[in-house]
Order: sequence, then structure tokens, then C-alpha cells
Amino acid sequence: MKPFTYMRPTDGTEALSLAAMSKQARFLGGGTNLVDLMRQHVETPDELVDVTRLRGNIKETTSGGLLIGAAVRNSTLAAHPHVRQNFPVLSRALLSGASAQIRNMATVGGNIMQRTRCSYFYDVTGARCNKRNPGVGCDAIGGFTRYHAVLGASEHCVATHPSDMCVALAALDATVHVAGPDGDRSVPITEFHVLPGDHPEVETVLRSGELITAVEIPASTMAARSEYRKVRDRSSYAFALVSVAGAIEIAQGTIADVRIALGGVAAKPWRAARAEEFLRGKEVSHEQFLDAAESELAAARPLEGNRFKIELAKRTIAAVLGDLARDAA
Amino acid sequence: MAIGINGTDYAAPEDPRVSLLDFLREQVGLTGTKLGCNQGACGACTVLLDDERVLSCLTLAVQVDGRKVRTIEGLADAQGDLHPLQVAFIKHDGFQCGYCTPGQICSALAMAEELRRGDPSHVTVDLAAGPEGPTRYEIAERMSGNLCRCGAHNGIVSAIEEMLQGDSA
Amino acid sequence: MSKLQNALVSSVRAVLSQVPAGWLPGGTPDPLINKRVSLGTQQSRVDGPIKVRGAARFAAEVPMSGLHYASFVYSTIARGRIAVIDTAAAETAPGVRLVMTYRNAPKLAVVPPLGLPNLKAAGNNILPVMQNAEVRWNGQVVAVVVAQTQEQADHAATLVKIRYEIAPARTEFKKGKAHAHTPDSILIEKNRLLRGNPTKALAEADYRVDAVYRTPWQNHNFIEPSAATIIWEGERLIVHDATQMLNATAASLAKVFGIREDQVQVKSPFVGGGFGGKALWDHQILAAAAAKLAARPVRIVLSRAGVHRLIGGRTQTEQRVALAAGADGRLKALLHHGYSVKPKHSVCDEQYGLTGRALYASASFDVVQHHVDLDVVANTFMRGPGEAPGTFAIECAIDELAHQLAMDPIELRRRNAPDRNPVSGAPHSQSAMMLAYDQGAERFGWARRTPVPRSQRKGEWLVGMGCATGTFPFVRMPGMSVRITMDARGSAHVASAAHEMGMGTATVQRQHAADRLGLPLDKVSVEIGDSSLPFGSFAGGSSQTVSLAAAISAAGNSLAGELLRLAGNDTPLAGLKAGEVEFFEEGLRSRADSRRHETFASILKRARRNEVSATGASGTPVEMFKFAMHSTSAIFCELRVSEVTGEVRVDRLVGAFDCGRILNPQTATSQFKGGMIMGLGMALTEETLLDERNGRIMSTSLADYHVPVHLDVPEIEVLWTDIPDPRAPLGARGIGEIGITGVAAAIANAVFNATGRRIRDLPLTLDKVLAPQ
Repeated sequence: MKPFTYMRPTDGTEALSLAAMSKQARFLGGGTNLVDLMRQHVETPDELVDVTRLRGNIKETTSGGLLIGAAVRNSTLAAHPHVRQNFPVLSRALLSGASAQIRNMATVGGNIMQRTRCSYFYDVTGARCNKRNPGVGCDAIGGFTRYHAVLGASEHCVATHPSDMCVALAALDATVHVAGPDGDRSVPITEFHVLPGDHPEVETVLRSGELITAVEIPASTMAARSEYRKVRDRSSYAFALVSVAGAIEIAQGTIADVRIALGGVAAKPWRAARAEEFLRGKEVSHEQFLDAAESELAAARPLEGNRFKIELAKRTIAAVLGDLARDAA
Repeated sequence: MAIGINGTDYAAPEDPRVSLLDFLREQVGLTGTKLGCNQGACGACTVLLDDERVLSCLTLAVQVDGRKVRTIEGLADAQGDLHPLQVAFIKHDGFQCGYCTPGQICSALAMAEELRRGDPSHVTVDLAAGPEGPTRYEIAERMSGNLCRCGAHNGIVSAIEEMLQGDSA
Repeated sequence: MSKLQNALVSSVRAVLSQVPAGWLPGGTPDPLINKRVSLGTQQSRVDGPIKVRGAARFAAEVPMSGLHYASFVYSTIARGRIAVIDTAAAETAPGVRLVMTYRNAPKLAVVPPLGLPNLKAAGNNILPVMQNAEVRWNGQVVAVVVAQTQEQADHAATLVKIRYEIAPARTEFKKGKAHAHTPDSILIEKNRLLRGNPTKALAEADYRVDAVYRTPWQNHNFIEPSAATIIWEGERLIVHDATQMLNATAASLAKVFGIREDQVQVKSPFVGGGFGGKALWDHQILAAAAAKLAARPVRIVLSRAGVHRLIGGRTQTEQRVALAAGADGRLKALLHHGYSVKPKHSVCDEQYGLTGRALYASASFDVVQHHVDLDVVANTFMRGPGEAPGTFAIECAIDELAHQLAMDPIELRRRNAPDRNPVSGAPHSQSAMMLAYDQGAERFGWARRTPVPRSQRKGEWLVGMGCATGTFPFVRMPGMSVRITMDARGSAHVASAAHEMGMGTATVQRQHAADRLGLPLDKVSVEIGDSSLPFGSFAGGSSQTVSLAAAISAAGNSLAGELLRLAGNDTPLAGLKAGEVEFFEEGLRSRADSRRHETFASILKRARRNEVSATGASGTPVEMFKFAMHSTSAIFCELRVSEVTGEVRVDRLVGAFDCGRILNPQTATSQFKGGMIMGLGMALTEETLLDERNGRIMSTSLADYHVPVHLDVPEIEVLWTDIPDPRAPLGARGIGEIGITGVAAAIANAVFNATGRRIRDLPLTLDKVLAPQ
């Protein structure tokens, strides 16, 4: 690791002012991603601002939603009774991620900010990567792409966002609250991460010196019946090949409303808006679910190593919606 | 401020790059906690931080200033007798080479607490109600963050099962 | 092995076939086969308490004053030269003591290659280490930084600037096959086996299987990374290593550094998993060279990426298996051709071709292996070398044949189980493969299997059952030595430079020595893990236990002679020779007259001696040449495959083993299960990703390389025939590796039973299950 100075503020204002001291400052949460990236020399901050002692709690909002402090640990959020009862997809997504130890350390803010696990991205000395060195090329393309994107990728970058939590948040229409030197603002989670396009080195809309302070989830009766299915190579402690967060509201055998978000397929949690649009008002059936998935994945561009993801995503979407529809019955 | 390790206070290292794992092994001289991958992918470095299980390889020592760490060396009682879980590991042959063992044991102790609290896991059927009990399936999922290459899995789960059953007895 | 050596082996076999079995070592079955007190009982590990306390010291945990830490810089090209290497920034970085490159590295000889003719050679990657600017594989170390802390060393390593002259490299397997080399021998066997007319038999067969099976590169991924703490004391080199071959490492390092063997000491009381990969590679040599240059003790702990770059793995294989049979299932032809990677600087044959030659009788054979030379780090031995990938191919093919014949797969094996080695004709020393099958089948509930694929379902999951044979040869290493020291209280201390990687070496040999010497367990101690102790052959080839057992047996005989000499004339044993006494109740007793007995303590007291020692060694394993000595197993698997996602999850595994007598049921169970779990990983998830564009391994972490996690591992049942092998010490054959064999095939066969799909390509990942046929 490159030498750095370590600071631990006790409140958000102090955190922001410390981070403003250097362009190379990074906020440190649980460290489960950042410390690893620093040890691999992917990230080389000269200043670490530890935000884990900032107040982090989970509050029910007046409208029945949830306001979650960014410093809240993944395990705490997953085990929270209100989350388990009213937003089960979020709890399921968190519980499927990483390991218990990592969930105990990782913060909600850090989970949102985590970076791709592409092995070419990680290979600082031996692989070309447009995220690390814009313009140098992408060695993942033409290489091992099992964990890489089929949606929203570009010729410069095919990496995926590895978070499970974010997929659930995307399905739940969550909002990310941010504080910064220029004031506070809020961004829908679906707009927080950006697709690579011509600038894969830009991963989120977060500006220099800004800090995530909270995530807010609106109240939703539909969310009480929601599910997360993660498909992976081994039964636990592995990243998603494809994951699906789903919620459905059925009235008289037709789909009144639906939410579908996909993980493992893009550089951001993928809100399957096309599939949702397709399904609203349709009759509940396995064929409709498959057709909806088909419409969403029509835009998919597979790579040599991840062709299977398209079929896998369709099947998993249909299976998740089918499970939810059965439970609703 | 100081880092409390097994009841003794230590000044945090000057170099903030030092992981809690390396601090324990190279500076404090407690080599019971193991370095398996230094990347958070194997769990061998698991220690108890204020009784929660965490990976010491991804924890910077400076981050735990003012907090309490318990390692494998801190589990035996004041007379030096083995913790019941350590005894169970021997009885059920929950190890072979012994390298992942301290991590498995520390992880299991915290895991037992998580189960007792009723925290759900990935395999818990009724999320709202919580786990039905300390089934082998629940134990296996909750321990999946601790790799074992020698294949002592069955023995590890049996040892943990015995400890948990001893609880409810 | 050369043609000449092959010929020698054949003549030895021919001669031995004429020699009566009773004249050979093991000619008289070991009395401890049946006379057991401690042997065969479930003793907990002697090192259990310190392992659960975290007090067992591993290689990177030996404290040392003045210790410095090493960090490696690895090449990023496969072939070429270092054109420019700028170490100025690294050298002046905080805490850095030294940066070593080919420009200032000490002169080092090439490591002597590991091989059967030379048991003191441990080299696996036979190339000069940092002696010139040449780069031979992607990942080779090109600079070593030594600093006061690991953080300082790791950071300074990033400051080394290198420019390469890139040369063309051979990194593609398919291309490499076109230039493959066909060696004369595979281990001590002739490579090319052609018997009968297999081509004709295949052409005319009523039932035929002809398929290609593929296994990927795999890595050991022991949880303890390869590591060493090294110090020079004058011209003496002391290496606290993590190794499966203490003496060979010491002798080899002596050769590399041009010093005497007795000037090198390697200590390794505990190894955090070996599986064939904890051996002598570049890291110990580089760290020792750096320690010499820096005049400081050095610790090297390889990162996970470093382990993948410097320690070879199991080579990929591409195996064609063709079987021909009539309606009765009897094999008319067994063809086994294959390609695997073996660079010229490698010493490992990956002998999968030997698997089919021992398992089944066939009217004709056609077996050959080809080696592909690539510019990669040497491939090496990984648990069950040869048999692990070999059983995958053969046992899947057998299952395919059974399906064609509409015959129960176990019945098909029964029809072809040989009553002697099918190729050499050597009689089995002991073999009960079908008994293992029958016992395993009953425990497993094989009768519940439905032979028609896709006939069992549980919700979205298709359920299937499969079985396969596992096998591993018996190996006893000559030269393994032991010293037994008896003290005045009549306690015995057994010492040997043997190894502990989790198999419970000291535990089992303590039980053995106790029974051998007629002592209670608490009067026996075992010391291993140091090269200065009597010579230890490597812990590999499942040979250590039986080799140590033979050595202890020999040392026991020698000790009896010493004790009789000390006993003098004023003893009930006066006038008796070593062959006329036996160990009994903490002393010696006449075989002819049981009243003539004296205790060890009494003998030593009268002789006024504090202790007496004797050594013994495992002699030439002639029995291996006269008899066919193999262990076999029957592996059963029940699993489910998701119709939605193609995920494969194993719910039950049963292994029935025919491995001779079991010495300690607890440690044996753990060894068998350990192997089977590695087989589970081999079948479902393990694959080293070697990017053929530049020969660089991209799966360098335990997050990329998936070994089974707790949730993947079902409750495994293990049983054994426990039938003694009359020619093996203690009636026991080695068990460390057989567990992994046959498992991948049993799983693939179960996937077929569940889905109707044959997947011949490991690992059996969901994309292969989902792929259009």
C-alpha cells in the first residue's frame, strides 16, 4: 500500500472538511473493498477519512418508508425487523452477499460505492484497463468474461457492479442522500451508478468530496411481497452470475404493478423497466414472464464467456415472478 | 485510546497501513490468527471485534483504536483450559492441518450469538420469524465465510452443533 | 525415465515373478496386521490441543530478531528479456534494505530435478533462478525487495520500473498439441501400451463409446500460503519452511547455493495444507539468496497471486477414451489417448494414462500420453496426480457404456474387474474392488436409483444418482528412516524427518510404535518436521505412512538387537538373537518360551545406561514390482440439478474404500472426506483461468478460484473393507489421495442420471448444463 494519513472524524461536517483537504482522499467504511483495492494498488489514496463512527441508524419515516444511515452495517440492516417484514428483498439480497464477517464490517455507503471485481481491473501490473488508465484498452474483452456485462456495456468496458444490496434498492425505488462541499442532494439509486460509455473511469455521479449520508426507501405495500434470487457457481460466498430482485402486485389475476431489477448483468443494478412495462396489466402466466424477460434482454450483447447469462436471466426472472405470483395466490 | 486485545491494551501502530492481522501476528506476537489470503476471501483471519466476527486482514489496526479484540489465544479460560468449542473440535476432528481452525472457531463463537439473537441467514425459510434452530444447514451457510481446504467441514459442523445443543440443554 | 531404465524395470519384474513371495519384504505378513492394541482405535490427534489453541507454529510464524520481509515483483510477459530494470526508487524507499535482481543476485546452481532416481532432489521448476535477464513464464519473479516491514516491502515493490523485450511465447494448448512430445515413459512404465488389436475391436464393436473428456488447470489453494522464514548463520542456512519434503529440500538448497548438505537445515513441524504443492519452488531460493545478500533473516509469505504465479498447478488434460464391448459388457478394447501440459522444465508427468491400465480387464489396450510444452510455470503434482483426471475420463466412459448396454454400472464393472493386473499380469496383493462397491451400494441405497434419466424430481430440481471407481497405487519409498530412542523408564521416542500437513503423522505412528514395541500410548512420543532428524522421503504419493511404518518396523528389529546386547548374559533373554524375541509388555520376550521376559527399564538399569538408540530404514520396495498393489474405492453421489438455472448441488456422497487395514478410524475418515471434498470442487467449481493470449493466470484469489464452501459440502459417509494387504506394513496402504479419485466421474454420472446430459468437461458449471445440446 502507498503510505497515507488516517483520520477519523466524529461527525459528517468534520468528515467533509477533512476530505476536502486532498484530491486523493477516500472515505473509509468497513474497508472490505477499499482496503483490498489499496493493497492491490488499484486505489492509492493519500488520505483516508474513516466514516464508520458517524452516526448510523435505521429510522422509519413518517410515510412508512425507511431512512438508513450510510454507516449502518450490512448485517444490521439485513437483520432489522422492519426490513425483514416490509422489504424482504433487501434483507435477502444482503444475506446472499459475501460472508457474515464481511457483512458485519461493510457499511451501506461502502456497499453502494464498491467497485467491480473484474480480474483485469485488479491486475494492476499485468492487464490493460480503461477504468484504471483511460484509453489504454480493455483486456477483459477477449479474455475471461464469465462475470461481465451483457447489458449497457461499451467497447471500452464490460465490467459489472457486484453489489446485491443495490439490486434490491433499485427494485425498491430507493434514493441516495449525499452531502458535499456544495450542499446536500438526493439521487435515485437507479441514476447513482453510470454506464461505462466512453468513460469507464467514471462509475457514479458522486462529485469529489461528496459523501453518502443515507439511503431512503419509500413505503410500498408491494415490497412486502418481494424476493431476491442469486444464481452463482457455488452455493454460498460467491458473486452473482445473475441475480433478480422482484416484487409484484396482483389484482384479479392481472399484474397491477411489478418491480424487476437485475444484478450481474451490467455496470449498475439494472432496473428492467421494459419488462415491467410489458407486464403491467397482463395476465399472470409463465409465458408472460418469459416474454417480458425476452423484451428486456433483447438489447443484451453477450461476450464469448457469458452468453449463458441471457438465457439464465430470462429463466431466473420468470422463476422469481412465478414464485411471487404463487405466494400471492 | 488503545486497542484491547484479549484483555490487554496495546498502542495502535504508527503506520496506518498495518492491518489488524499483521499487527496481531508481527507486532503483538499473537500468531494464532492466520493469514490465508489477505484479501477477505477465506476467513482464516477471523477475530472477534466487540464480540462480532470480522476479517482482521481487511481491518486497519488504527480503525479499532478504543475497541476490544478477542483472538483464538483469548478463548481458553483463566486456568488455561480449552473453551468447550475447542474441546468439541478435537472430539469431532474438526481440523486436519489446523491452519483455518482459529478462524473457524472464532467465527463459530460469534455465529452462535447471531443464531441465538434470531438473526436470519441466506437459507432461513421464514425471514421475519428467523431461523428455526441450529440445523446443520443453517450452521453450514453461516460458516461459509470460512474456507477449509483439508475438508474438515463435517467435523466442524458437528463440533458447532454439539456446542449449540449444549447451550439449549 | 529412459528406455534403459524401462528395460531394467521390466527385467526386475520378470525376475521377481519367479521369486517366491515369502522371500520378499512383506513376504511374511506384518504381525501387527492383527495384533493391535492402539492401532485401529480412534485416538485424537496428539497435536489437537495446540492446533485448536492456534499455538501450532507455521513457517511464517517463527519469531526472529532483526527480521526483514520480502516482496516479489512478477513478470507480466511470458517470454523475452528484461531490457531495463530501474530499482532506484525502490531502493531509496523507506525501510528498504535491498532490491535484488539478476544483476546482483548471488550465483545459484539450477535446482536438481525431483524424480525417482534421486530422492534427495526436490526441484519442480528446473530453470535458473534470477541468473540472467531471461523471462520464461508470465509470473516469474524479476525483482525481490527486502525491507523492515511487509508494508514497506510491498510498497517499494511497486516502485520497480521494468521494460521488457517481448519474444514470441507458446501459450496456447491447441496449438501446442500439434508439436506435442510423446515421452518414452510415464513414471516407471513404458508410455506406449499397445496390446491386441484395439482398432479392429473398436471398429467391429457392438457397443462402443468414443469420447473426449477435458479437465482444466487446477491449483492446490491450501489455506496457508507458501511461506518461509530464513536465516543464514555464517555458512549455515536455516529455513523454516512449509514443506512436504524436508530432506530433499535441504539437499537441493545445498546444491543451489554450493554448500554442503549438512550446512542446510529445513524445519517444518506444521504445514497448513500441502496436497502436492508445498514443495521447493523459486520463493525459498529467492528469499534465501536475498537473506544472504541482505545479511538479514528474511520472511517471505507469498500473496495468493504469488502462489498462483510461482507454484504450478495440476495441468489441464484432454483425454480420449474409447471402449468396445459385446452385449455381455466384457471389454474388447480400452483406448486412452491424451494430451496434457508438461514444459521441458517440469518434472511431473500427470500420469492419467496409468489409470485405465490397472482397473479393468480388456482384450486389447491402446494407451499413450502426449506432453505439450508451453511457456508457463511448470505443472506439478496435485492430490491424486494422474488418477484424479484419469478416473474422470475412464469412469465417465464406463458409465456411458453401461447406459448403452442398459446394464447396471456396478454390474458392468463386476464383469470387467480383473483378478490380476490386466497389463503386467502381476497378481494382486489384495484387491476387493467389488466388495467396496457392494458395501457402498448398500449404504448408499443404490437400489433406489432409476436408470432412466430425468425420472426423479423435487420441485424445480431434477434428482440423479451416479457412481464411479476411485483408485490409487500403493507406494512405499525406500530410504525413509527412523531412530527409536529408549530411555531408562522404558519410554520410546521415535524421530524422523517426516511431515505433518494434516494427516496426523505423529498420532498414527505413535499408535504404531506403541503396538510395535509393546508399550502403552503414553510411553511413546514421536518427533518429526526437521531435516536434521533421520532421512524422510517426501510426503507424497500416499507413501509416507507406509514408508514410516516400514522404517519403524526395521528400527524396532534393530533396537531389539541393541537391547539384547545391553542385556548381556545376566538376563532371562541370555543367548537369544533378535529374530528369536518379540516385543511384549514393555520389554522383550522369547518367542519360544514366554516365561523368558525382561523389561526395557530393567535392561537399561542393569547396563547403567540412560538411553539406547537404533535406526531403521524402509528398504527397497520389491513387493511393488512383484505384485499389483492398488487401492480402489467406490464413490456414490446423489445430487440435484435445477431445471431453472442449471445449478448442480450435491446432497449425498458415500465412499467405500478398499485400502488395506485402517490405522486410526478418525484420521482416516478425515483423509477420505478431505479427498472427496476436493473431488467435489474438481467436479463442480474449480478451474484455474490461464489467459492464453499472454500465458498469465487471471484467477489469482480465493474469490476467483472456487473451492467448496461449507454449504456445498453434504454429510459424507465413509466406509472401508479393512481387509489387510499382506505385503504392506501394518497391512495398510496409503490413503491420502484416493479420496479425490472417482468423485468427479460419480458426480458427472449423477448429472447424466438427473438430466440426460453428458457433460465431459470439468467443472460442471451451470452454463454447460444449460447449453443447447
